[in-house]
Amino acid sequence: MARIIAGIACSHVPAIGVAMDKGKTDTPYWAPLFAGYGPAREWVAAQKPDVAIVVYNDHASAFSLELIPTFTIGVAAEFPIADEGFGPRPVPTVIGHPELAWHLAESLILDEFDMTIANEMPVDHGLTVPLSVTCGQPAAWPFPVIPLCVNVVQYPPPTGLRCFKLGRAIARAVASFAPDLKVLVYGTGGMSHQLQGERAGLINRQFDTAFLDGLSRDPAALTRLTHTEYMREAGSEGVELVMWHVMRGALGDRVTEVYRHYHVPASNTAAAVMILENRSAA
Amino acid sequence: MTQRRDYEDIPGTYVYDAARGRIGYALNTFCMSLNKADNRARFKADEAGYLDRFKLTPEQRRCVLERDWLGMLKVGGNIYYTIKIAFCDGLTFQDVAGMMSGVSKDAYAQMMLAGGRSPDGNRYKVSVDPASGADTDGGGGSAHG
Repeated sequence: MARIIAGIACSHVPAIGVAMDKGKTDTPYWAPLFAGYGPAREWVAAQKPDVAIVVYNDHASAFSLELIPTFTIGVAAEFPIADEGFGPRPVPTVIGHPELAWHLAESLILDEFDMTIANEMPVDHGLTVPLSVTCGQPAAWPFPVIPLCVNVVQYPPPTGLRCFKLGRAIARAVASFAPDLKVLVYGTGGMSHQLQGERAGLINRQFDTAFLDGLSRDPAALTRLTHTEYMREAGSEGVELVMWHVMRGALGDRVTEVYRHYHVPASNTAAAVMILENRSAA
Repeated sequence: MTQRRDYEDIPGTYVYDAARGRIGYALNTFCMSLNKADNRARFKADEAGYLDRFKLTPEQRRCVLERDWLGMLKVGGNIYYTIKIAFCDGLTFQDVAGMMSGVSKDAYAQMMLAGGRSPDGNRYKVSVDPASGADTDGGGGSAHG
């Protein structure tokens, strides 16, 4: 039977991907951030997950404003790397896991989550940067990936509570998949940042620390944060943190925090990585 | 029921909500076209001519041609879209963030290295005149008022 072994919370700043792609990770600016990814990379390599579900948002890459699905699951055999306006990142094509992805799509829809199903979907830095920082720069990604895309570009995104409940439904769906697979779930985006307006550059270390603590110890309380609270406290783009609730919901109540790293700044953003091992039976 | 927009008192912030979605579609659709290398080349070769393909308002057109990054947000630009114009120009998110917040590239970079812009003093518009109810800081981000 498939089981979710752990969740990884990980920011997905585009400049982090550029730093890796251009070989700048050892510069004084980037070295302290990348030092923090080392232990996460070792953990992922040691766990050898069979498949990862990556919860991320598209940044006007696969989806324009023509069509704005709230939750999309990618069921394709592979996902090309998107051109976001400066050429595709030079990283391997993302290989999908159609068998589990279709099982998830069917299970989630019948469990009352009205997923959009994507047979074709280029993936952008929202998905590839977390893979890069936790897997390094291999010739091929070490495991297949199921992209789960959440709208956060057009207000309103789904609520944190809705995202958490989707995570719970993912846990039920994975537990009903017969093959014996170790599943890793990524929740990406955040932490505090604002990319727009006169208030650009907002960072709230206190909020971020409390959010990391809460995600680890009391995630239900965090699901009550409103969009306005995210935007006011963590910056307008800090609302991406709702995606972390999908990951956390997928883990069940009991987790062990095995790793955490937090760094400011990564361009305009507070970047974190945290690993929560799942101690809950589905 | 009408949605409560209790985020409108956050200063210097332009939430891409229904009101902006109603005015921003053509502008952001132009930006989306820049995901294709061919279109980037066409735009760079003849910016005004390229923009004729999209139904922009005169003000949206001015903002694009003059690279008025803050102005674009005020006329329905979504930052995830308008940033593609900046990528075309070889600029980064941090370059544009500095320009929108009205400081030099170096000053902005220094602010970020020092831990970023503090939320203290930046949670609410500076002052609200209780008599008129109008915000008086002039730097706000309401598309609804």
